[in-house]
This record gives sequence, structure tokens and C-alpha cells, in this order.
Amino acid sequence: MTATLPAEPAAGPAVRTTVGRTFLAMMSRELRVLRKNFVSTFVRVLLQPLLFVFVFAYVLPKLGTGAPGAGSAGGGTTFSTILVPGLVGSSIVMQGIMAVVFPLMMELNWQRSITDRALAPLPIPLLAVEKIVASGLQALIAGLLVFPCVLFIHAGGQAPDVHVSNWPLLVFVLVFGSLLSAAGGLLMGTLVDPQKVQMIFGIILMPISMLGCVYYPWAALEHVRWLQIVSLANPMVYVNEGLRAALTPDVGHMHFYVYGTVILVGTVALTWLSARKFTQRVLT
Amino acid sequence: MTAPPETAVQTVDLHKTYSGPKGDVEAVRGIDLDVRRGEFFGLLGPNGAGKSTTIGMLTTLVRPTSGEARVCGFDVTRDAVEVKRRIGMVSQNNTLDSELTAAENLEFRGRFFGLGARAAKRRADELLELFGLADRRDGNPFELSGGQAKRLMIGRALVHRPEVLFLDEPTAGLDPQNRVNLWDLLRELQKQGQTIVLTTHYMEEAEVLCDRLAVVDHGRVLARGTAAELKDSAGADTVLTVSYDGDVPADLSKLSERAGISKVEVNGGQIRVFSTAPEGLLGELVGAGAAAGVNVTDASQLRPSLETVFLSLTGRDYRD
Repeated sequence: MTATLPAEPAAGPAVRTTVGRTFLAMMSRELRVLRKNFVSTFVRVLLQPLLFVFVFAYVLPKLGTGAPGAGSAGGGTTFSTILVPGLVGSSIVMQGIMAVVFPLMMELNWQRSITDRALAPLPIPLLAVEKIVASGLQALIAGLLVFPCVLFIHAGGQAPDVHVSNWPLLVFVLVFGSLLSAAGGLLMGTLVDPQKVQMIFGIILMPISMLGCVYYPWAALEHVRWLQIVSLANPMVYVNEGLRAALTPDVGHMHFYVYGTVILVGTVALTWLSARKFTQRVLT
Repeated sequence: MTAPPETAVQTVDLHKTYSGPKGDVEAVRGIDLDVRRGEFFGLLGPNGAGKSTTIGMLTTLVRPTSGEARVCGFDVTRDAVEVKRRIGMVSQNNTLDSELTAAENLEFRGRFFGLGARAAKRRADELLELFGLADRRDGNPFELSGGQAKRLMIGRALVHRPEVLFLDEPTAGLDPQNRVNLWDLLRELQKQGQTIVLTTHYMEEAEVLCDRLAVVDHGRVLARGTAAELKDSAGADTVLTVSYDGDVPADLSKLSERAGISKVEVNGGQIRVFSTAPEGLLGELVGAGAAAGVNVTDASQLRPSLETVFLSLTGRDYRD
């Protein structure tokens, strides 16, 4: 260690920073970390939908087994047409939640390393918003990476019928669906005891994913009315229905007023609530 | 509360009460502090005294229950962002960012505080060189030794040239060599005009480093001043403690009337004498025991130190 330090005037901040600049610097830190972990993060994200679409849209049709669920969506609709928005949506929601919840549990508990960023010149609720935006970005990337995989892997005659007739709608659902998931993840990360992290997988993520209208459109659940009603409590349903409306408009889907309102209001409400809880956890 | 411009940190009747399932815990019960610019100020006290909570409030991470605290003239609650712009903080735990390298930890801290990407990189390299960590620049901060990690944390706290540097138990867990190295580093920083507020439970550390001290216990400031002033205020050069296998001989309670003895405390079979003239006193205490038919089981003599000050202020051993 150098014994004598060169003169360092302790005359105040080196640079007058702004809250916006600090916010962007924090985003830049998130991007640096994302770049370092890109392969490991997104291989994990891609693997499940890739295998799913491989088995159900390629292997099973090759074996001559009827694809499940397709009939209920309307005559002539392939199962892969159902799967494209479902798997893109579930990847967005799962990645949005996981990208924030697991690092946050480490930061809030182990060594309380959140202190590092809590000391940056930014109001703590904005630090929460930064976490939501950064995780939302990861969710969006996950959705965009999964999309070509589920679009192009299928057996002959099983091609999904995907066409975007409303680009603003697609962008809206992708962006706000990502933010909604990340805000939900932040709320979970601040509420769940880190020792019960396994519970998040078993009790929250698994039911959200399995019953999130990934493998069938919500309208098809009219045959199981109670499940159709219960599913309305699952935020993934609205993201998947929104993507169905944007990517496969010929398949029956919810009205925009329903999924659009839930996605938008849910994003605002969860961001407010999670920022509040996050602030309470960071500031004692 | 308005602080004069030479005041770096000021608190008035600062309180913090934590509410929990087992009831309220009063961690800080009305602390008044006044730290001048350029000063090396220490909060000295045993574990659980309320030092870290006080630092937490001054660095905006703990919300005061009542009272007021200002850092560089800004209120820690109302103007938290302005306070954070002006302070650097080194926590007791290793709070380095494990997702980043040592250099990136410094670089991004600089960027959080408004440095451009290039300037932040330059500043990071400069600090790594200064703190003898240049060869660890691309390493993970959790692969550093305790001393190296602490130096990196101090470097990180200095990236934006803060007006006040807060250090919470900076040498806890370090080996003696690293502790002394860190002391040298902190002294150098102060020589250059850095205002430093440090908490420690090491008396030697407080005495060696700090211009002024506040002795804290049970969330209150018991005394404040320079180490020399504190020793004088205890009114004793030496503290003699003698334990008997029976009650303390009754005659000895009259010692307090004698010139050169400022205080006598009797607790069951133990007597503690605070004296400025300790010569021959130990022999007298042993002799009085023999005359009263009780034997001395333990005896100690503490030379003037902050430990005797603590004893005088609280009536109990520092490590109780």
C-alpha cells in the first residue's frame, strides 16, 4: 500500500450530478453485468421453451400424435400457433420476476450489499424503479430471443400462423408486460423471507406458469368455467392474451380493454407498491 | 437548527427506536454531536452502544425517530440526496459489488456520482494505484483479503471526493498488521483535510486516530472531548480494583474522603478506587482485607486510559 497519498482536496463533490444521470449510470452497471452473464442467463431462459416447442410442435406431430389444445382454439389452428404467444409471454414473465427477485434477496440480506447503491445520490424509490426497468429489459430480451425459436421449430404442416397487424399493440404488451413482471418480482423479493426462496418456485412461479394460458387461449377455458375465473388472478394470463391479440389475432383472445387495462394499471400499482416496500426494507 | 459553515456534522437530540415483535428497542436516546470540518471524530463505545445506528442516520440509511441531524448543512431526512452527494461511507460488512471487478466497483461508483465513463475509469485506476490494489484490478472483490477489501471500500467511498467520510468499525476483523496499515492510510487522508467520522469499539484506535471523541453507551453520549480531556474529566490517574472473598472491609469506604482519591465504588466483595495518588494504595487495600479477615482474590491496576474513563463513567468494565 502506498504510504503517502497525493493531495486530494476534500472540498466537495467532484462533479455536480443529477438524479437522471445517476439513474442512467445505474442502468449502465446493470447492462455491464448483463453482458457478462448473457450466455448463462439466456441459455437458461431459452432452454425450457425450446424443449417444449421441440416436443410438442415437432416430435409429437412427427409421431402422429394430435397436438393438445389446438382444436379448442378454432378449426385449422395449429398447436404451435397457440404456443408462440404463450411461450414468449411466459418467458417474459418468468425472466422479469427472476431477474429481480434472486439478486434482490442477496442484496437485501447477505451482507446487505444494497447499501452500496442506496448511498448513490438517488431517492430510494427511484432505485426501486431502476431495478424494475433493468429487470424489465432482461424480460424483454428473453421474449425477443424466445420468439424466433418457437416460430421456426415445428414439424411440416405445423407452422404457426403468426402475423402482426398492430405493431403498437405488440410493443405495448412486450414493454408493459416486461415491466409488470419485474415490478411483481421486486414486490416478491421484498416480501418473501430469503430462507423460503424455494417457495417462490413451488408455490408462485410454477402455478403462474402452468395456469397462465400458455398452452391454450383463455377463451378455451369456457369448458372449465371455474378455472377460467380463477385464472383471472394470474397476471401471466393478460400478457399472453395481449400477445395473442398482437401476434395471432385470428385465435380467440381477451378484449384489449381487459388485458390492456390490467397490464397498465397492474404495472403502475405494482411499481408503486414494490417501490414502497423496497424503500421500507432499505431504510430501517 | 442552523450550523456554522465550519460544522460538518451536527445532531440535536437524535433518537432511534426500532419496533419489533418483542417490543420497542431504543438504540439511540438523544445524541448531540458537533463535528468540525477537517476533524477526525470518533464515536467510541462497546458493541450495541448505538454507534452504527447513529452513523446509519447520518448517512441517510436509518430514519431517525426524532431529533435532527445535518451533514454539510443538509438535513439527513429532508435532503437525503444532497447529503449522499457529499458523503462517503465504509460499512462494517463487505458491501462491494460481487458482480463487478475491483476496478469496476470504483468506476461505477464514480459514474453514480456524475463522472463520465472515461473520467470514472481514470479515477478508478488512480485509486487502485494509491491503495496498492493495481494488481487486483480485474479480480472479484470477494477474492481479496480482509485488508485489501477494506482498502477497496475506502477507495470506493473516496471516488467522488466526499466532504465527510464515515467509517463504521473499519478495522473490525482485521489482523494487527492490516489494522496499523489502515490507521496510516486514515491519518494521511486527514492530513489532506478530509473530515472523518469513525465508530470503533477499540479504545486504542480511538485514542491513536481521533482529534475528538464521544464516548457512547446505551444510546447516549456519556462524555466528549479529546482523549486527554476525557482522561482529565474522569478525575483519576489510576483505577485500582480489588476483589475479596468476603465483604469489603467497612473502613475502606472512608477512602473517598482522602485527598487524591476522587471516587470509591463498593459492590459486594469488590472495591474500585479512582485515584490521582495511587502509590501504596494497593498494599493498603490488601492490608485492610487481612486485618478484617478476608483474603484478596483478584487485584488490578489500570493506568490512565480511555478504559478508566469508561469505568468512571459507567461503573462497569468496558467489555461487560
